[in-house]
Amino acid sequence: MSATHFRWPGFDTVLNAFAMWFLAFMWALPLLYAIWTAFHPAAYETNFVWNAPLTLDNFAKAWAAAPFARYFLNTFMLVTMILICQFVLCTLAAFAFARFTFPGRGILFALVLLQLLVMPDILIVENYKTIRSLELVDTILAIGLPYFASGFGIFLLRQTFMSVPRELDDAARVEGTSFLGLLWKVYIPLAKPTYLAYGLVSVSHHWNNFLWPLIITNSVETRPVTVGLSVFAAIDAGLEWSVINAATLMTSGPLLIAFLLFQRQFVQSFMRAGIR
Amino acid sequence: MMHRREWVYGWLFLSPALLFLFTFTHYPAVKTVISSFYSTPKGRRPAKFIGSENYQTLIQDDVFWQVLVNNFWFAVGTIPISIGLALLMALWVNSKLKGRTLSRVAFFAPTVLPLIAVANIWMFFYTPGFGLIDQFRSGLFGLPAINLIGNPDTVLAAMIVVAIWKEAGFFMIFYLAALQSIPPVLKEAADVEGASSFYYLRRILLPLLMPTTLFVSINAVINSFRLVDHIFVMTEGGPDNASSLLLYYIYETAFKYWQTGYAATLTVVMLVLLSILAIGQFFLFDRKVHYQ
Repeated sequence: MSATHFRWPGFDTVLNAFAMWFLAFMWALPLLYAIWTAFHPAAYETNFVWNAPLTLDNFAKAWAAAPFARYFLNTFMLVTMILICQFVLCTLAAFAFARFTFPGRGILFALVLLQLLVMPDILIVENYKTIRSLELVDTILAIGLPYFASGFGIFLLRQTFMSVPRELDDAARVEGTSFLGLLWKVYIPLAKPTYLAYGLVSVSHHWNNFLWPLIITNSVETRPVTVGLSVFAAIDAGLEWSVINAATLMTSGPLLIAFLLFQRQFVQSFMRAGIR
Repeated sequence: MMHRREWVYGWLFLSPALLFLFTFTHYPAVKTVISSFYSTPKGRRPAKFIGSENYQTLIQDDVFWQVLVNNFWFAVGTIPISIGLALLMALWVNSKLKGRTLSRVAFFAPTVLPLIAVANIWMFFYTPGFGLIDQFRSGLFGLPAINLIGNPDTVLAAMIVVAIWKEAGFFMIFYLAALQSIPPVLKEAADVEGASSFYYLRRILLPLLMPTTLFVSINAVINSFRLVDHIFVMTEGGPDNASSLLLYYIYETAFKYWQTGYAATLTVVMLVLLSILAIGQFFLFDRKVHYQ
């Protein structure tokens, strides 16, 4: 806004600004509070003085009290595995729905969309039986398997692929490019913002997932951080809040930092992905 | 000839995804319905067909009805408020107000935090006497300590607050995306016509945002069944099942008491409810949604 157009903000604007700040503060409060307790000695848990001594002891204690390094490795492997499989499977399926005509396309697409409603998250009883019959209980692979094909991912990529100009497609076909080459050279590069948006959603979803990993894992070697944290916090005898909050921050830290770094791209890629 | 080749490729590209979808979504959904008519296999005794026995147990199960009522109030408490707040947040963040970027970060941050982890933080807020809410109450108003999550009358409301806090910022993103796609010409025209901001919101913005509202509200309904992680940390469904929700009860039945037959029956209830609500919403909104 240039200086010539400057107007004193009206009462309406001031009121809205204050309301927004208030709500934003309320929303940030749990996180700010966790940061406060995690970086201060236990004595300052509810004593908010500006000169309270800073410490990293809580993190050290939490790190020593449970095998968090292993949990992080498990989560990292899990999230990477799911992301790669989702990208490959959803890309192929979305391409088929967007550019091929074949019998059964409509009904198959409806079945894919059904997964948006009936998610593996709620089919825990039968999926557990399936994993048990595959003898995969307590493996990282088992945590990921139900999520490899994602209805949301297929839907999102199909929308993007359908917006690719037909002329580009035809030109490549005339040159005799194979379907896979066409996908690789034309469609995937044009869908980059969608991949970014979907990737961020997928990573944060599976980093945070709890119920299914809780059911399917029962050892340190397979537990992701979320389950590890719940096991750690459940011992509770003698654990100080400051230590629990340090562990809480630690488990969400990488994701939170990634979000703060990418938040602009995140919001923008959502918008470009055409989710409205 | 070309067409036949397209068929083959279409199916070929589709098959890996479909294999996983069928194995972990469609097959278990159908199998759940079948299992609900069978007993729970125990040791060497395989599951046997018992007709509607599980459903009779269900009707007489007081805990089931309580959990269903809890889930109803949880949905009623979370869905409208989180959608309303999401819209408000999006309108604010999309305006020219000072501090909108920082506010956007604050609103959205809960989305990327694991629910199981933030439950620990909220737990501390709610701790009687010592927690932040009580510190605030006694410090400012001299009120006595209250145990919000130890009291069956307040525990569900305490859970609803956590859920709203968790999901409102996520829904905000969808509204924000929709708002940014609305041509500014509309606002200018409304200003020229002398329409009030409220009139513009009610007669222009809200109708244009209807498809988003439909999408968000279906997601909110699904979330009201799916968001149970915090219960594990905060209450374990208690006190007296006052904060237990359907999915949590399914988990308890299947993996604490190993009554998988009965757990399948409970899952059927959930699938039926989800379908009815999703279809219902679609028809409810259908007449109001104007696709561009």
